[in-house]
Amino acid sequence: MREMLTSLKNAVGIALWFVFLTLPLLVVRVNTLNNEIEWRWENLGWIAGVTALLALAWQLSLRWRDRQRDRSVTQDEEEGMVPRATLQTLLDNRVLCRRLLVGAALLAAAFPWLVSTAQNFYHVNVMVSALIFVVLALGLNITVGLAGLLDLGYIAFFAVGAYTYALLSKAFGLGFWTCLPLGGVAGMLFGLALGFPILRLRGDYLAIVTLGFGSITKIVLENWDAVFGGAAGIAGIPRPDLFALVLDGRQKAVYSYYIILALVVLTIFVTVRLKNSRIGRAWMALREDEIACVAMGVDMAATKLSAYALGAFWAGLVGVVFAAHNNFINPDSFTFMDSAMILAMVVLGGMGSILGVIVAALALKLLPEYLRAFAEYRMLVFGTVMVLMMLFRPQGLISNMRRRYAAGTKGGGDRD
Amino acid sequence: MYNDREQAGACLPVFCATFFSAVGQTMDYEYLFELLAGGVIKGSIYALIALGYTMVYGIIQLINFAHGEIYMISAFVAFIVAGVLTMAGHGGLSVLVLAALVAMLYAAAYGYTLERIAYRPLRNAPRLSPLISAIGASIFLMNYVQLAQTPDFLPFPALVPDFEFLEPVARYLSSIDLIILVVTVVTMLALTVLIKYTRIGKAMRATQQDMVMARLVGINVDRVISATFIIGSVLAAIGGVLIGSRTGQINAAIGFMAGIKAFTAAVLGGIGNIPGAVLGGIVLGVAETLGAGYISSAYEDVFAFGLLVLILIVRPAGLLGKAVRQKV
Amino acid sequence: MTEQAKLLDVSGLTMDFGGLRAIDSVNLEIRTGEIVALIGPNGAGKTTFFNCVTGIYTPTAGDVSICPPGGKPLRINGLKPNRITALGMARTFQNIRLFPGMTVLENVMIGRHCRTKASIVDAIVRGPATAREEQETVDTSYCLLERVGLADAADDFARNLSYGAQRRLEIARALATEPFLLLLDEPAAGMNPQETRELDELIVRIRDEERLAILLIEHDMKLVMNISDRIYVMEYGKEIATGTPEEIKGNPRVIEAYLGEDAHA
Repeated sequence: MREMLTSLKNAVGIALWFVFLTLPLLVVRVNTLNNEIEWRWENLGWIAGVTALLALAWQLSLRWRDRQRDRSVTQDEEEGMVPRATLQTLLDNRVLCRRLLVGAALLAAAFPWLVSTAQNFYHVNVMVSALIFVVLALGLNITVGLAGLLDLGYIAFFAVGAYTYALLSKAFGLGFWTCLPLGGVAGMLFGLALGFPILRLRGDYLAIVTLGFGSITKIVLENWDAVFGGAAGIAGIPRPDLFALVLDGRQKAVYSYYIILALVVLTIFVTVRLKNSRIGRAWMALREDEIACVAMGVDMAATKLSAYALGAFWAGLVGVVFAAHNNFINPDSFTFMDSAMILAMVVLGGMGSILGVIVAALALKLLPEYLRAFAEYRMLVFGTVMVLMMLFRPQGLISNMRRRYAAGTKGGGDRD
Repeated sequence: MYNDREQAGACLPVFCATFFSAVGQTMDYEYLFELLAGGVIKGSIYALIALGYTMVYGIIQLINFAHGEIYMISAFVAFIVAGVLTMAGHGGLSVLVLAALVAMLYAAAYGYTLERIAYRPLRNAPRLSPLISAIGASIFLMNYVQLAQTPDFLPFPALVPDFEFLEPVARYLSSIDLIILVVTVVTMLALTVLIKYTRIGKAMRATQQDMVMARLVGINVDRVISATFIIGSVLAAIGGVLIGSRTGQINAAIGFMAGIKAFTAAVLGGIGNIPGAVLGGIVLGVAETLGAGYISSAYEDVFAFGLLVLILIVRPAGLLGKAVRQKV
Repeated sequence: MTEQAKLLDVSGLTMDFGGLRAIDSVNLEIRTGEIVALIGPNGAGKTTFFNCVTGIYTPTAGDVSICPPGGKPLRINGLKPNRITALGMARTFQNIRLFPGMTVLENVMIGRHCRTKASIVDAIVRGPATAREEQETVDTSYCLLERVGLADAADDFARNLSYGAQRRLEIARALATEPFLLLLDEPAAGMNPQETRELDELIVRIRDEERLAILLIEHDMKLVMNISDRIYVMEYGKEIATGTPEEIKGNPRVIEAYLGEDAHA
């Protein structure tokens, strides 16, 4: 009871503090056009009420978190959302897992036909955009999640792929399917070029340099009108072709959907293979302790470069799909916000966890689409979610699952 | 082996000599001086913001991504206060000063709150967590201001009268420029005095060198860190008010760019190093303005980023910093 | 009698950090089958010595050469640590540096990295040769865990192990690189007498079974005197004595350096 009272007092105090804090910005609006001031006092009421409630909830949840921490025996127990045992048994149950996967696969395959008509294929397009970001997140998952190389300029590789297709198709008339691997290779080369000078950097400095690279790329794209079309971008980019068949609007959308779906499957497959391999373990060791890793015989330069290159490859690859799907690209699609969003998908999903990253990517892309009512607050919520996740669940949705190897028999790892 | 300081000091005159002799006699010196003056002014603003970055990084090894937003918020608060007062009929320098004071107060409040909510709980978390939190806070604050006020540009009232004594050099130095220089110098001096001679300054230096030990000798580390954030935010506020006055307009997006550039300045000078932040700011401002003036103004930001990338690759310790060897 | 091949030959090693001379003209050699100890008061430069020899630092002066059994001597100054490990010299760390977020088994499997060769493409395609290599890696790692008594903990996260177990894991990981020379940096630090005795036996057993030589830094005099064939003593970056345990025990210079410490344990 005593605790409750202090919590309430704190809540009121915090509410008053926030009222003070937001007073000028939320209450006063200076209109220089008509030379008048708009006083929105009702906002004060909102702030006071909402923050008081939030502060209360906050204190209670902080106390809950500390109690949880004391209770858990090992750090493994902190899986969080679903109690560890349940999640583990769920994934251990091979039969159940297989059934769920098959179900998901069928749903994914049938999806475009279920949600669209010949005139309205809006949902298919939304899903294509979302899946593009799923691949982006999975690609960054390799660089950041597995190898621990913080990249805040990842979107640059995406841009490289997109502009490669745009320019090649305009200049040489190359088709989508020819450009698809080319875009991936272009991204990969760009990744190698950028990765090479920054091999020695770690942590924060690495983050800032990659941020710098990403920003430089965008500025160059915006200003080099002759080559990249400047701020106006490049239009009239051809859609993916299917043996010179003529497709209507809906069919084109569905075609794009299947292409990106295939890429998602491919990315998942490759990532799973890589995670449970010699190079995957080297990446993880690099992330955990670079010095020890090198001392154990891992070539730091080659391993880091391979992580950058592979991550950049996927970005370049889907860049081509993005350009083809939208028919038009401009530098506004390749901002720091986008890099931050992809990074958020990886971190919030759980670094290195494929399933977690996919869920986070879909959530971060689909929710704003379907909660249009709150569109204004989208970025606000995004920022808040990032902070809250770090405070309450820094390991992400699905954290490091134990991998098991069987000695003597055919060794295999868990899906995650 | 050179002393780092000597090395940096030696570079500057060499650079200047080569630059001037190479460019030749037929050069437009007036233009050059104009650019240099502009660069130094810009650099002063960067320096003010960079100080906040460098102090926070020095003490808790965190890049406070949201620092640029504090700068932006200060500009807005000053704008609002100035707006209210001008509409009530007042004007002139006193309004500016009052607006600045209020902005500084709010910056301190926002900085303090930011640290309490987004960083303090993560003090012992792995390095990635506070960084993500900082990015999230930065996004939150920018959008908060955009929603609460407007995403458009707002005109900052002209409150600075033209000083008559500046007539002859008005081309290079306007009244607001002079104010910026004076304020910056005064602030630097005040900060130096604070760090060197006051109790809180000593506590900050101690905490920066060894947090555990500082705690053991009785320093309230939490309070020291809060103080660091507050001081840094106040400095950023000064910068925000000044830039609003100088450019005549503010916008919710100015925080991001200014933040990145100020961070570049801090790294350039040597992160954690206070005189370094000032030097870095000036160097960055001048380099950027010269590049924009002589090569291309569209690529102005590229020069800043390019300088950042170059410094981090070639000399991560910065101009005045000392390379710290990691103990194996 | 043929002279035993020098697996590690260090002569005149000097290491400066700016104005500070951390190591001053140190000579050291290790021959086949030896257990050699490097002792000295804290700050003598022992770990710095390790770091110079294993490639983490490039020595300011002097020569470091290794000679794999049946091979030719090779000067390794300035080579990267992973090259040196691949050549056959592995180490453990004074402040344990495991991979905390990976399992115990995976920690050991990293040690196999330089002895396997699957590339990215191999990993994706995963043909029969790659699958076989993977299985071998798993099996070898399990064996090593059994050797150090950690087989039961194979699937636990490394950070959850007890301190003594973590030290043993570091040794297993180093062994996975198939070294001919093993450098142990304070392997017994923080262990109780029982654990130290077990470590004692483990080190000797490793030397005998794996046929490698061992260089260890240690403060536990009992362990050092028990198992070392020869001892080098460092103080303030200089080598002040070398010899058999008996010789070192009675050396007045050594006793003086350790004033206050029980050198006759």
